[in-house]
Amino acid sequence: MKNLNELKDMQAKSIDLVEIKEGMRVTVGMATCGISAGAGPVLDALKAGVEAKGLNVNVVKTGCIGMCTYEPIVEVFEPGKKKVTYIHVNPEKAAEIVEKHLAGGQPVAEYTVGGSLKTLEELDFYKLQKRVALQNCGLINPEDINEYIARNGYQALAKALTEMTPADVIDTVKKAGLRGRGGGGFLTGLKWSFAAPNEADQKYIICNADEGDPGAFMDRSVLEGDPHAVLEAMAIGGYAIGATKGYIYVRAEYPIAVQRLKIAIAQAKELGVLGDNLFGTDFSFDVDIRLGAGAFVCGEETALIASIEGKRGMSRNKPPFPANKGLWGKPSCINNVETLANVAQIILKGADWFRSFGTEKSPGTKVFALGGKINNTGLVEVPMGVTLRQVIYDVGGGCPNGKEFKAVQTGGPSGGCITAANLDTPIDFDNLVALGSMMGSGGMIVMDEDNCMVDIARFFLDFTVDESCGKCTPCREGTKRMLEILDKITAGKGTPEDLNTLEKLAQTIKTTALCGLGQTAPNPVLSTMNRFRDEYVAHVVDKKCPAGVCQALLSYEITDACKGCTLCSKKCPVGAITGNVKEKHTIDQAKCIKCGACMDACKFAAIIKK
Amino acid sequence: MDKVNVTINGIQVSVPKDYTVLLAAREAGVDIPTLCYLKDINEIAACRVCVVSVDINGVPMRNLPASCVLQVAEGMNVRTNTPEVREAVKTNVELLLASHNRECLTCRRNRTCELQKLCDELDIKEVPYDGEKREAHIDDLSPSIVRDSSKCILCGRCVSTCRNVQGIGVLDFTKRGVKTEVAPAFDFSMRDVECVYCGQCIEACPVAALREHSNIDDVWAAIDDPEKYVVVQTAPAVRVSLGEEFGLPVGTPVTGKMTAALRRLGFDKVFDTNFSADLTIMEEGTELLSRLTNGGVLPMITSCSPGWIRYCELNYPEFLPNLSTCKSPQQMFGAIAKSYFAEKAGIDPKKIVSVSIMPCTSKKSECARPEMEVDGVRDVDYSLTTRELGDMIKQARIRFASLPDEEPDSILGEGTGAGVIFGTTGGVMEAALRTVADILTGKDLQDIEYQAVRGLEGVKTASVTLPVNGVDTEIKIAVAHGTANAAKVLDAVKAGELDVHFIEVMACPGGCVHGGGQSIVSSKVRLDVNPKEARAAGLYSEDRRLPKRKSHENAEVKALYDEYLKEPNGHLAHKLLHTHYEAKTSYKQD
Repeated sequence: MKNLNELKDMQAKSIDLVEIKEGMRVTVGMATCGISAGAGPVLDALKAGVEAKGLNVNVVKTGCIGMCTYEPIVEVFEPGKKKVTYIHVNPEKAAEIVEKHLAGGQPVAEYTVGGSLKTLEELDFYKLQKRVALQNCGLINPEDINEYIARNGYQALAKALTEMTPADVIDTVKKAGLRGRGGGGFLTGLKWSFAAPNEADQKYIICNADEGDPGAFMDRSVLEGDPHAVLEAMAIGGYAIGATKGYIYVRAEYPIAVQRLKIAIAQAKELGVLGDNLFGTDFSFDVDIRLGAGAFVCGEETALIASIEGKRGMSRNKPPFPANKGLWGKPSCINNVETLANVAQIILKGADWFRSFGTEKSPGTKVFALGGKINNTGLVEVPMGVTLRQVIYDVGGGCPNGKEFKAVQTGGPSGGCITAANLDTPIDFDNLVALGSMMGSGGMIVMDEDNCMVDIARFFLDFTVDESCGKCTPCREGTKRMLEILDKITAGKGTPEDLNTLEKLAQTIKTTALCGLGQTAPNPVLSTMNRFRDEYVAHVVDKKCPAGVCQALLSYEITDACKGCTLCSKKCPVGAITGNVKEKHTIDQAKCIKCGACMDACKFAAIIKK
Repeated sequence: MDKVNVTINGIQVSVPKDYTVLLAAREAGVDIPTLCYLKDINEIAACRVCVVSVDINGVPMRNLPASCVLQVAEGMNVRTNTPEVREAVKTNVELLLASHNRECLTCRRNRTCELQKLCDELDIKEVPYDGEKREAHIDDLSPSIVRDSSKCILCGRCVSTCRNVQGIGVLDFTKRGVKTEVAPAFDFSMRDVECVYCGQCIEACPVAALREHSNIDDVWAAIDDPEKYVVVQTAPAVRVSLGEEFGLPVGTPVTGKMTAALRRLGFDKVFDTNFSADLTIMEEGTELLSRLTNGGVLPMITSCSPGWIRYCELNYPEFLPNLSTCKSPQQMFGAIAKSYFAEKAGIDPKKIVSVSIMPCTSKKSECARPEMEVDGVRDVDYSLTTRELGDMIKQARIRFASLPDEEPDSILGEGTGAGVIFGTTGGVMEAALRTVADILTGKDLQDIEYQAVRGLEGVKTASVTLPVNGVDTEIKIAVAHGTANAAKVLDAVKAGELDVHFIEVMACPGGCVHGGGQSIVSSKVRLDVNPKEARAAGLYSEDRRLPKRKSHENAEVKALYDEYLKEPNGHLAHKLLHTHYEAKTSYKQD
């Protein structure tokens, strides 16, 4: 690839791939979500059908469109016509779609959303969304570099290399106010500006794709759906800081992402958009992949560096910061996948464009993984500054089964919970921190009235106890003791004194742990104690779990609605229920193991959980 | 070095700008507690008991940084005694205690444990957590070192020492979170990995997670057995460390008291390894001269240090022909005790129990090597560390401080200054030079202190010009201490970058004075005193004190040759005093 013109020529040739002028284009969502829902056989069926009938239809795989609950999703594009989105497709439906739609020209309405031929974009789920980081996900074939180029791919790199100085690039990213999407929200341009002036024979750009927050999968989606966006941004970053080598540190549990990255790197090298003397300049840039074994702590940059170096993934003290002494002691910048996915567009469209959405201090968009007690689970990208209420209700569709919203956990195991009282807070980095939580990588786990907040805190702490690297005392030992106390509380053996101990431990861990993992580990406990203290008190003083989750604190009781049908006593595995036929039965609390079998069996709703 | 002004607890100090807050605090007379910190070796900020509260020009630093790695900055204001800091430090120590095996009264490190001392200093009176404790995985298969995970506080001092100081790295953190353990890879025993049993990990350990494999009971049993005749030898370096077990300053020579104590313990004969150190010089010096004049394999490398021998066998088998075939002084002594001495004293060698007191843990494995016996009689039966001897003296209720100075028994008790300095890096080389120079020049040279081979430089090189076969020849030498430095020297020889005739290697940094069996000097004391320097100084003072300072002047050694061995490297000498080596492998599955 010699210059920008050559790239633009290529774009002109490739554009028909994506914006077809004749025939049809059929995309099959083949990200992890699609494949696990059965998209593979669907793709095969579509291809076989098209081939058998000799149709002028291009069937391609694409990434995740975000609405994972509808997978497998198949979309049909035809020039001059509205696109048709099929959901929950299986091979049989696929055959029917080939027959009726691809061959016959008649869309099969019953396989579309609500049988209404509505496209996903027409759903409420998409109305608030603004796709920047995910702009190509679900649209292009991630295994074909031509489709990326058709969508202005690598033009930002060409522009940076041929029209901008490294300082210009850093300046633009700084002006855009792009902040790290991996958790901390540190200004990307500033990070680059720290590494840029360091003299070294080698510097590195590292892409942090060690996405570890439970339930978060935006980075995986970007890598699976638009891998070139990451490669292009890494090259731009490399140019900015003077690095000629990049590493993508990606967890081995993301085999599809790894596979697509490998294909993307090979194609980019073959085309000459990675390699030596890019776009006729003397800038060279190469990228390699390093697989992580799935340790959460390896998302922390010093542990990540240790892992790339082949050492045990353990954090080290900072300073020195990686920008000064990083990979193999050389100046290095570590940027998260989603962060990088914004870079090319900022270079191409300018800082002002990026600032045209989002808030003053947190410009741009943020991708969230909606999960938990919410109707529309999936991946959403919204401008910063929309409120939590908008995301949870307008995009997410609120809690299922008419249950009452209780709290939302942001920031995963490092974050905290936010209650209904703060739902109108505009989402940005600083507001979430002010609420005692954090942005994190963008996990959003919604809880309803049936969730016990002590149990939720216990769940997250259980995760950090397992994932602590074991290096520093407070994180290794302290989180374990906190977990033991929470176990004790949820088992009904807690005391009010335990609450003080929890807070004391949390404080010491926060202020003395070596790295971010430990320093934030107590957050789920602190924020639930802060917002739901009454629930903790109920557990330790009244020995009750108000949400009815903690088994040890429950009691099953039979009400006057009992008809004496004896079914419950037959179902009880431990013989705790006695009573005569057609008389009210009773449960022997000493024998009851709280399995709930009686409640499930009762046809008269006469058994309640207290 | 530019200086910066910092305030510690209100006290202003001006310190070099590369100082850490921890070191600056010392200048201000403020003691910050530490556990994982081992200056220059382990500065990983893991234990978090040295945390402090800091602001710089009024701007507070986030959280409580670890002072062991926090570099000072102009205008830094440090407080070590705020309620927040006190609470955090105490909580972190309590957390360590919560999972620690707290059987302190019966612990190997009772009263020398750094964690125990910290508990005392922080006035910790109870451990407020009663949850799960660290699992006890005890590895006592190695003849030298016992690892006990229930005592480990995961400070990483042994890990850094083994990997970075010794360049070996058999210990590392394994598993994760609260299950983290310091162990060899795949839970192999330390017996079966490339551990050389040097015991530097024990010296680094603040608690009793690593300790020597004790042979005290075996030695008591031998002493108490009326059928046995128990002889004991003490290595040169032991005499400048044993006193530390009784509260004397690091490096204080206690030769006479040590001899007296051994007699009171009930050993039948109290001898001295200095004797066999001198004997080693006769054998090894002769071997060197023979190699030099007969075109033997060069460079010749010393073989006194069993840790080094095992390191060479495991990692550099191509250098095995370079190793001197001489047994170590410990083994030579044993072989002579059960042959020459037995014969002279009219005792059945099978009734003799040969005990050595060594500054070393590797000596325990050396004396157990299958080849270390003559005609089915083990050279040395039990090897004790300096610490174990200290323990026996305490068990026997001997008041060490009030002991008189006594002399060792003949006929294996005489030692020269050359033998004494074997205990420090460069000492074997210097002792050899003293004798070889005299032999080659045919003179009684008076200028015998070879400064070029002294000191703690990791690799020392020098040359002396001596007449070999009447021709003035430059004899080039190198001295390395610590296995990492040994590797450097061997790599340089292999690469053709270092051309020498004779190399001294000691497995431990500083040589035997800092061996893995010596009295343990705490991290705090090491900030004030370098035990390697202090103990070496003790040995050099012993050298100067002695009337004879050259091995070939040792009358008892002369008598041994006249009456028994006939000549160095002769037939009987070869049978008793020389050995062979073989390449070894590690990580073998049973």
